[in-house]
Amino acid sequence: MNLHEYQGKELFAKFGLPVSNNAVVTSPDDVLSACRDIGGDKWVVKAQVHAGGRGKAGGVKLVDSPEEAIEFANHWLGNRLVTYQTDSNGQLVSSILVEECTDISKELYLSAVIDRGSQRIVFIGSSEGGVNIEEVAEKTPEKIIYEPIDPLTGPLGFQARKISKVLGLDNEQSKQFSKMLSQLTKLFISYDLSLLEINPLVITQGGKLHCLDAKINIDSNAIYRQPEIQAMRDLSQEDPREAEAAKSDLSYVSLDGNIGCMVNGAGLAMGTMDTIKYFGGSPANFLDVGGTATQERVSKAFKLILADPEVKVVLVNIFGGIVRCDLIAEGILAAIEEVGVSIPVVVRLEGNNADIGSDILAKSNAAIESLNNLEEASKKAVELSR
Amino acid sequence: MSILVDKKTRLLVQGFTGSQATLHSEQSIEYGTNIVGGVTPGKGGQKHLDIPVFNSVHEAVEEVEPNASIIFVPAQFCKDSILEAADAGIKLIICITEGIPTLDMLIVKKKVDELDVTLIGPNCPGIITPGEAKLGIMPGSIHMKGSVGIISRSGTLTYEAVKQTSDLGLGQSTCIGIGGDPIPGTSFIDVLKMLEADDQTKAIVMVGEIGGTAEEEAAEYIKDNVSKPVISYIAGQTAPAGKRMGHAGAIIAGGKGTAANKIKKLKECGVHIAENLLQIGTKTKEVLG
Repeated sequence: MNLHEYQGKELFAKFGLPVSNNAVVTSPDDVLSACRDIGGDKWVVKAQVHAGGRGKAGGVKLVDSPEEAIEFANHWLGNRLVTYQTDSNGQLVSSILVEECTDISKELYLSAVIDRGSQRIVFIGSSEGGVNIEEVAEKTPEKIIYEPIDPLTGPLGFQARKISKVLGLDNEQSKQFSKMLSQLTKLFISYDLSLLEINPLVITQGGKLHCLDAKINIDSNAIYRQPEIQAMRDLSQEDPREAEAAKSDLSYVSLDGNIGCMVNGAGLAMGTMDTIKYFGGSPANFLDVGGTATQERVSKAFKLILADPEVKVVLVNIFGGIVRCDLIAEGILAAIEEVGVSIPVVVRLEGNNADIGSDILAKSNAAIESLNNLEEASKKAVELSR
Repeated sequence: MSILVDKKTRLLVQGFTGSQATLHSEQSIEYGTNIVGGVTPGKGGQKHLDIPVFNSVHEAVEEVEPNASIIFVPAQFCKDSILEAADAGIKLIICITEGIPTLDMLIVKKKVDELDVTLIGPNCPGIITPGEAKLGIMPGSIHMKGSVGIISRSGTLTYEAVKQTSDLGLGQSTCIGIGGDPIPGTSFIDVLKMLEADDQTKAIVMVGEIGGTAEEEAAEYIKDNVSKPVISYIAGQTAPAGKRMGHAGAIIAGGKGTAANKIKKLKECGVHIAENLLQIGTKTKEVLG
């Protein structure tokens, strides 16, 4: 799950990390008072969406007057922002962050992730901030430092000094950074983060470190124990079908093809997509219906798949392990009737009682092609999608 | 021979009286697995499936001497259950549960390494030595005693590999699902090491998927340390970047973890690639000659 920048900054402030004075507005009517409360004569207004690349897309602006800020709010609120990280529909802007303007003398980069290789939280720092860090890693790897944190000790002073050196900080800034590192680690652990990124972390003209951005992702496995984070969820930023699937405990990702896929198991679901592609077709989605594939789950899965108008045929691929295929076949038939599926469905059943299951499907009146062999089933689905 | 489990394995089931544990314990017993006890706090002293239930792993260890434990408890209690089994001296722990917070696994992994415990999973189907013992949720009937060792990050995809190698008469030595989480207890390399040393295993099938760099690291290891033929299939060749494909670990992030990159690296290191999941069995047969 992702947070908005303003939510990330709320958490930063809570942990004593330096962020700009700011206010969040959801209506142009509130912009004037927000500017007055913050004070000064320059502000930065930022459209709040779950995507990077906002600046280049016009979603971030430096303004010299409250009127200009109001104009920005009028333009963006209720509109959709398209950046290189969103799809062509973009993301809905329903709030705007108004911030006091910061005088920047240098832009740096700092992030923390859970690194699979070292199996640690790793901090990544670079003297090159405000740019795409992957490019820095490729072109000038010497400007990046990766520092793993031992869960037993937490971040140590020498590690803060190591990172400070790569960031090019002076003595005073290095001391400030040491405190930041410890607070960021606490924040990371307290809220079960999977990613924390400050790009840019800046040195102000007054010589202080300051967090100009805040990108935070939370480990979805841990959301259950983070009530504060649950309350921050913004469903308008998520793909509606993916959000609906998540409610039914199904894993769904929409793709741009026309063969709907319903598979049990994530690995097999990816394998099925690959097989469709292999035979010249194009999958409309990834969908893991789960190990048990009951009628209820299969019905929900059909509804999700059919909500996509592009879908011309559905390929159901179930490897019945513990659950018998005859029961799965009955579930599929009942679901097709319940949902009213009107496009062709190709079913491949494998595992316990697969023959009986296929027989049940073959004898039904539904428009089902039942094939025990995945190769034939995939080819059939591809043929029907043309 | 086989690896990690056989007829002598004495299994403990944690979360024993729950519905999933009950279902799969029944299937495992039917397969011939020797389940010596179960643990459900508060239900100690009862019998379930005619097997004694204990309040804690420590009590079970004292009474029935298990040498392996399988865990079916809900995700929020897994850290506790795994470390309880490890603390009680059990050296082989299999965690089936999906959805454990990654930061919990960070701590768990460090502890089990310290205590020299083999943890398989979490978020996995378990481990089976066909004809000997089944510690997991895989369908026993598709397996056949034979010569192919199978390692996989995915459950149902493992079943495909198993079915195909059984249908072709090759059979399996031991099959291990290492699980689809970002931080697995056991890595591909840990299992490759064991299968290389196992007499019964003549070829190794490694089923990977997008996300992380475990397959690339395994490829490097294979090049220098594995003399047996390795056949690999990587799922997710059509997966988009930045989206989590069901498994917590299956995500292409920052351009890393693509199927194409994994396949390239595996080929460079002499691994035989099954381009499609339909070819896992036939490719293995071809390589074995």
